[in-house]
Amino acid sequence: MRRVLINVLAFTGGFVIMSLELLGGRVLAPYFGSSIYVWGSIITVFMLSLAIGYLCGGRLSMRQPSLQRFALLFLVGAVLTYPLVLYGDAIMRLVFDAIEDPRYGSLVAASALFALPTIVLGMISPYSVRLLVTEAGHAGNVAGSLYFISTLGSALGTLLTSFYLVLWFEIDTIVTLLAGTLVVIAIVGLVGGRRA
Amino acid sequence: MRRAVRWLCTLLILVTHTTMAREIHSQASLYQNILVTQVGSLRCMQFTVRRDQRNQSCVDMRRPRELVFAYTRMMLAGLLFNPAPQRILMVGLGGGSLPSTLASLYPEAWIDVVEIDPAVVTVARDYFGFLPSAHMQIFEQDARVWGKRAASRPTRYDLIVLDAFNGDYIPEHLMTREYLQETANLLTNDGVLVSNTFAISALYHNESVTYAAVFGSFYNFKSPDTANRIVIIPRGAPVERMQLEANAGKLRAALKPYGVPITSYPARLVTQVDWDTHARVLTDQYAPANLLQGQ
Repeated sequence: MRRVLINVLAFTGGFVIMSLELLGGRVLAPYFGSSIYVWGSIITVFMLSLAIGYLCGGRLSMRQPSLQRFALLFLVGAVLTYPLVLYGDAIMRLVFDAIEDPRYGSLVAASALFALPTIVLGMISPYSVRLLVTEAGHAGNVAGSLYFISTLGSALGTLLTSFYLVLWFEIDTIVTLLAGTLVVIAIVGLVGGRRA
Repeated sequence: MRRAVRWLCTLLILVTHTTMAREIHSQASLYQNILVTQVGSLRCMQFTVRRDQRNQSCVDMRRPRELVFAYTRMMLAGLLFNPAPQRILMVGLGGGSLPSTLASLYPEAWIDVVEIDPAVVTVARDYFGFLPSAHMQIFEQDARVWGKRAASRPTRYDLIVLDAFNGDYIPEHLMTREYLQETANLLTNDGVLVSNTFAISALYHNESVTYAAVFGSFYNFKSPDTANRIVIIPRGAPVERMQLEANAGKLRAALKPYGVPITSYPARLVTQVDWDTHARVLTDQYAPANLLQGQ
């Protein structure tokens, strides 16, 4: 049960990260265009944030790892994602006025909007490995299957967002849904963690 | 059987076009593949390597002034509402035939051209005889970003021509309510916005309600010769049909060398609502133009 729960959480994390990344292009386009460097900025910010997240997640898993602490990461991720809806436009306007070059403008704006939530969501991967590894001999196998699940989530997040979600909903609605999903999954994790 | 015949026909067209059209130049840019082909004296710039795609921009090398496509000629209908523009903004360069035409029609006018792809500018210069005049300035930038910066400058335009869609991929951030509003803010009080856009697919409805949301009513200018339509939005007081015809009469001689039958245009401009008014307005929040076009 605990194992399934952790896998579901990892899957959801992967889904949300890639869905957010895809929306990033749409969010930045009105201020910075949709040139290749805007995508370059977004991908750079997501990769850097994930890198930092992996590092921090690994560190964090050294101290009293628990399913409940793991679930809290999702809650924090949700809280850090939602400002995109509230202040996204104001932040981009500030950056647009301050930086003339759309390459660095988009890089700064993407950092301001996406770095924090992505760092926290990046912490999920190593932390989930720590929760499921019981013996060193199985570590590779556990990590492999967790990456499999979370990357599957990423693939689905990419596909659903680009094929359907943008056709059905406004961007703010999708971001709200993503943040809401993180909250729900965090609560499930917290409740499940108490029982375990 | 019927399918086989259709398939054979398609194959035949592809083969003949491939063998007849001489490839003069091809260039991959950051945004697209640009192909320059020539059939007889007709030279065309195509934006994909798919041969069955319609040509984007063509020039008849024997009669370089003549505008080859109906929709290019139709865009000049905007002049009926403001026959003497002093400042002109063009979004999207293509082969450069429209900016060249406007530059020679109005040698005193200042023309700004915004084109995202530097390779298009190079190809227009090298293969289509596009020669920017001293009154012309070319900005190699994303039009949305350029427009937002332009808002903080004092320059306003008497004529704005949006020609940024090449049929294959639509820059979605250039087809939203917010973009149209930003563009409208760059017009002078009696300025005219002209947009070359789509007449078919589900996108027609979404786009029409978006224009209606920003401007109320607008002129639709369609032609059976083309899958494009021209949207015309005059910002000033309503212009009577009589006035349009009088303006057409004045422009007639000047536009003749370009093959533009301007006097036939006033009767063809309609404001009638022929779209689904319940379609969703395209906004920065909801802009799946490419998905809608495929439906």
